[in-house]
Amino acid sequence: MSLRAKQSARKIRILVAKPGLDGHDRGAKIIARAYRDAGFEVVYSGLHQTPEQIVNTALQEDVDLIGLSCLSGAHMYLFPRIVELLKANKADDIAVVGGGIIPEDDALKLKTAGIKEVFLPGTSLSEIVNWTRANVKPHHYAERD
Amino acid sequence: MFTQETLRQVHEGRRQWETEVEKTIEQKPERKQRFSTVSDLEIERIYTPEHILDLDFARDVGYPGTFPFTRGCQPTMYRGREWTFRMFSGMGSAADTNKRWHLLLNQGETGLSTAFDFPTLMGYDTDSPKARGECGKCGVAIDTLRDFQTLTDGIPLDKVTTSMTINPPAPILWAMYLVVAEKEGISWDKIGGTIQNDMLKEFIAQKTLMLPPEPSVRLISDTIEFGTKYVPSWNTISISGYHIREAGSTAAQELAFTLADGIAYVQDVIERKHLDVDSFAPRLSFFFNSHLDFFEELAKFRASRRMWARIMRDRFRAKNHRSWWMRFHTQTAGCSLVAQQPYNNIIRTTTQALAAVLGGTQSLHTNSLDETLALPSEFAATIALRTQQIIADETGVTNTIDPLAGSYFVEALTNQIEEIAWEYINKIDDMGGMLVAIERGFPQSEIADAAYHYQQQIEDGEKVVVGVNKYSTGEQIYPPLLQMSDKLEQEQIARTNETKRTRDNRRVIQTLNDLRAVSKTDKNLMPYVIEAVKECATEQEICDVWRDVFGEYRESSVRL
Repeated sequence: MSLRAKQSARKIRILVAKPGLDGHDRGAKIIARAYRDAGFEVVYSGLHQTPEQIVNTALQEDVDLIGLSCLSGAHMYLFPRIVELLKANKADDIAVVGGGIIPEDDALKLKTAGIKEVFLPGTSLSEIVNWTRANVKPHHYAERD
Repeated sequence: MFTQETLRQVHEGRRQWETEVEKTIEQKPERKQRFSTVSDLEIERIYTPEHILDLDFARDVGYPGTFPFTRGCQPTMYRGREWTFRMFSGMGSAADTNKRWHLLLNQGETGLSTAFDFPTLMGYDTDSPKARGECGKCGVAIDTLRDFQTLTDGIPLDKVTTSMTINPPAPILWAMYLVVAEKEGISWDKIGGTIQNDMLKEFIAQKTLMLPPEPSVRLISDTIEFGTKYVPSWNTISISGYHIREAGSTAAQELAFTLADGIAYVQDVIERKHLDVDSFAPRLSFFFNSHLDFFEELAKFRASRRMWARIMRDRFRAKNHRSWWMRFHTQTAGCSLVAQQPYNNIIRTTTQALAAVLGGTQSLHTNSLDETLALPSEFAATIALRTQQIIADETGVTNTIDPLAGSYFVEALTNQIEEIAWEYINKIDDMGGMLVAIERGFPQSEIADAAYHYQQQIEDGEKVVVGVNKYSTGEQIYPPLLQMSDKLEQEQIARTNETKRTRDNRRVIQTLNDLRAVSKTDKNLMPYVIEAVKECATEQEICDVWRDVFGEYRESSVRL
């Protein structure tokens, strides 16, 4: 981490990620930009990432939050798998949220599986940004430096 | 179109009227400072003959079935035949989808359209580690010819046309269709349908990616050449703006990038295959989005036909009038639907469908009310189909052709969208064509900017989404949703394993080796794909040959 980043107040760091084979990236890109404009540090994973790739990127980038977007219907496998892998890497202090084409029943199950919040189509950017400010705190980076 | 005297009177009348309007506005301002379309084109208070001074009836509007086709492709349009009711449909196993297809046909659907799951779209079999969790989720899972035979069971392939939304593996799924027809004793000149097969818009928008752009375009030219020679009623490409729009483009960008893609394909077939443009151009088909802004959409459709006719006649020197006409499928805008108060989605889809019909579409898919939550239930899909049927049979809009022609507003908007689209096309030409523009990320960044701009307009309340940023109740309404079986993935893997066990594996290896050898030459690959498919080579086995020969295309991560 650069000296400049250490000296300034640590910003919330977010990985916006597209797990699985789904290519619908409009939402992910808009969210990534909105997070950036809200003053967060943002990395966008690019498309077609496996859960393993996403968790590796999250660890390397030392993020505080992973925002997943999936519109293919594969969220019930992909989202919990990412939470599992974070646990296995002792990094379950990284919060995971998601959005996409997700029925309410699935959203409830995902929350039970450790997904902190599920945002459905129509959710406003300000709701997502406000939720993030209220619920995600920057890690004390010394812990993982 | 107007005499000098008429125009003088119009001008004078308008000045007087505007003086009155100013007084009214002083007392009671209009609701907004600025009125604009969904694509943020500013719209004026009123349109008059002064807005279409340069419009030449014969040159710009004309008659249906004649150049420049602004008013429609066929001389009689819907008075002769309704558009095809073609519902995009696919879920779970081939048997599940076959059942839904029969249901829709029984309800009066007149054409089929196939939604594949993501592993199929990306060239992976269900048992690939990359496919975990995806099987049958957003479409039907097809691994081998046997799945495809189940999919088309009981469907009369010589009577119903079938569209397949498939891109990188398009030659393979098309080969499956051809082989099934052959096995049923239906000759290839008796079957009709469409493969999407448009890779340029995949790099721009939909992102089902497999090979780099150059070999991708080569596979497309192979299919176009093969279709031209052996499957004369098949549309071997559906040059698609739909996904460009879904990714967030404006209407004019959708139009411009689609036509620029079309130009690139025509150019490639002429240069690579040395085919006469009139031999293949009549089978090129298009696919557009019908979004929320009613007039903007129907103006876009009218402009699209006129522009393509001019491109084909003037740029490519096509002589056959069928090379000039643009036939297109339309789908209502999935991205316009919301999860809040989902039954309102029926109304959104209805007005979008109406715009497509008034814009002269050849076929139409109408989205279901529940698509922001899951794949369509039978209940929702039937309402969506009925929406089209009500427009066709009850509203009377099919009685006359292009009923909005001559509206000052519609003609002015048609011109305006055309102008913006030409500017983009000229810019792309200056860059060296669409392949170069895509490599530079030009259309991608234009679309991302437009998407973000629109989202911010929603955030600011400048654009209204009913139930979201206006008339929100906070109440949660959940329509009954389609439930897919959890066992699907295991069952599909078992089926494919069984096929692998019972096929002639020596022949499979032989046909794949042949395909590999020919892929390294510039011979047409279709005959070799057909041979491999016949032996029940899996989709991924064939795609792996190509990944190996041509390399794989990947998107990388970005720090914002």
